[in-house]
Amino acid sequence: MLKKSPLSARIGLIIVLVNCMVAIFAPVIAPYGETSVVGEVWESFSSEFYLGTDHLGRDLFTRMVYGARNTIVLAFLTTAISFLLGTSLGFIAATKGGWIDQIFSRIIDIFMAFPTLIFALMILSVMGSSIPVLIFTIALLDSTRVYRLSRAVAMDIEVNEFVEAARLRGEGLWWIMRYEILPNAMPPLVAEFGLRFCFVFLFIASLSFLGLGLQPPLADWGGMVRENAGAITFGIYIPLLPAAAIAILTVGVNLIVDWFLHLSSGLHE
Amino acid sequence: MKNVFLLIFKRTLASLLTVFVISLIIFVGVELLPGDVAETVLGQSATPETVKAFRQELKLDLPPHIRYGTWLRDFIQGDFGNSLANGRPVSGLIGWRFANTLFLALTTAVIAVPLAVFLGMMAAFYRNTFFDKAISVTTLSFISFPEFFIAYILIVLFSVHLNIFPSMATINESMNIGAKIHAILLPALTLTCVVTAHMMRQTRAAIINVLSSAYIEMAELKGIKRLRIIILHAFPNSLSPVINVIALNLAYLVVGVVIVEVVFVYPGLGQLLVDSVAKRDIPVVQASGLIFATAYIFLNLMADVLSMLVNPRLRQT
Repeated sequence: MLKKSPLSARIGLIIVLVNCMVAIFAPVIAPYGETSVVGEVWESFSSEFYLGTDHLGRDLFTRMVYGARNTIVLAFLTTAISFLLGTSLGFIAATKGGWIDQIFSRIIDIFMAFPTLIFALMILSVMGSSIPVLIFTIALLDSTRVYRLSRAVAMDIEVNEFVEAARLRGEGLWWIMRYEILPNAMPPLVAEFGLRFCFVFLFIASLSFLGLGLQPPLADWGGMVRENAGAITFGIYIPLLPAAAIAILTVGVNLIVDWFLHLSSGLHE
Repeated sequence: MKNVFLLIFKRTLASLLTVFVISLIIFVGVELLPGDVAETVLGQSATPETVKAFRQELKLDLPPHIRYGTWLRDFIQGDFGNSLANGRPVSGLIGWRFANTLFLALTTAVIAVPLAVFLGMMAAFYRNTFFDKAISVTTLSFISFPEFFIAYILIVLFSVHLNIFPSMATINESMNIGAKIHAILLPALTLTCVVTAHMMRQTRAAIINVLSSAYIEMAELKGIKRLRIIILHAFPNSLSPVINVIALNLAYLVVGVVIVEVVFVYPGLGQLLVDSVAKRDIPVVQASGLIFATAYIFLNLMADVLSMLVNPRLRQT
């Protein structure tokens, strides 16, 4: 399967793997501490500081490595929670049907009518930007999209005869969802997980860029762009590095998701 | 025709209801969230006197339904309360900023929509050629990039190196329209990149979808040139999804404008919202949040209604 993959998918795979390795082995790879000031402000690349220093004199390479860990882990956790929530609700709504379906869908419609960023900003303004609040807010808002998709997918599967047979056998709701619907819904759900991860990742980076996501001194790519933004006027392009890292990872995940969709749809141009 | 108007009326009613429910959420949300609002916002200065004064200011000591009623009545009359940060009436802060944000969004739309439609048509015409693949890669990148990345690249190119556009988009009333457009061109370009990418992909997909129809095959057999087919035969029939996407992207603009305003320090509603969130200035957050939400819902409604009007098949509920 890997041999027949197009070039774009392999590039995507390499990008994602490198990022994951960096995130997992961050303390081993980073030459300095996450928050230790080790040099002058905005030094350029050298053998001592691979990517130079940031606006406080911290090693940029270390910050990038820890930033990878913080941002990626946070995004992954949030996506996982949002996915669990959205998928369970979606499956329940599709399998049970009736007024449970109606109530869930109406409530979720109302949440979806709200622009996500605005809603998140409003919740954060009242509750502050601690990590649990961030995870909870973003997971809640994102689960609405997952709900839509998983409900649609589940409804498609649910009309099949094997589900009806299971019902007639007397299987309960949980059994049907777990053993009949879930295995058949995997391909679109996995693709959706990738897309949701991208969205959540960009969202957290944007919130941090606005100063409302991960708070300093935690390293975070979006926050690093914000902190070092002043360097641009001096012709120092440091803020572009974390921003580029965000872009590259997102592109990588998108490439993999594209390839996966291509594989699972069975269409060949 | 009467059927259509009834449908539109129902959709509009549904949207108004949504706005109403959202205003309820915004208003009551401050209540339902765990933690005492007064103490959270006041933080270290939360002595009993300040907490009491804070509650009175936000009218938190009145029963909920009276509070919501007065808030709604004031809101409709244009009185949004006073800002916590500087005590000034919120409506004075919001009015001109909202106009600025609309100006930026409108300029972006004027550039982006024709560009996206044109590129979409060209990509459909030259599909599967190098041109098409190149555009596909470029738009995929723009969709994946965070807006501030595109913004900073543009700043580095046009402000720092070429020095033709300002990196801070400050505008005021004394500038004429030409000077204003010059000031906001970089933020408008940033937004254009993202929005055009989305719209162009959808336009291309919609046109290609239509190209497999029988009447297109007939036109080809008649010997009509391919470009003419695309512009005069395929495009008008793909208008429905294209208009839908355009309106949805305009709705997206309402939200995307926030980040761009922060990067370019543009005095718009998005910048105000972000600043107020950081300062926990709740009346301003509520008012601007509601305005953004209403604009977003309204644009989504436009998307629905226009789709229905353009495609007769959608007029049956």
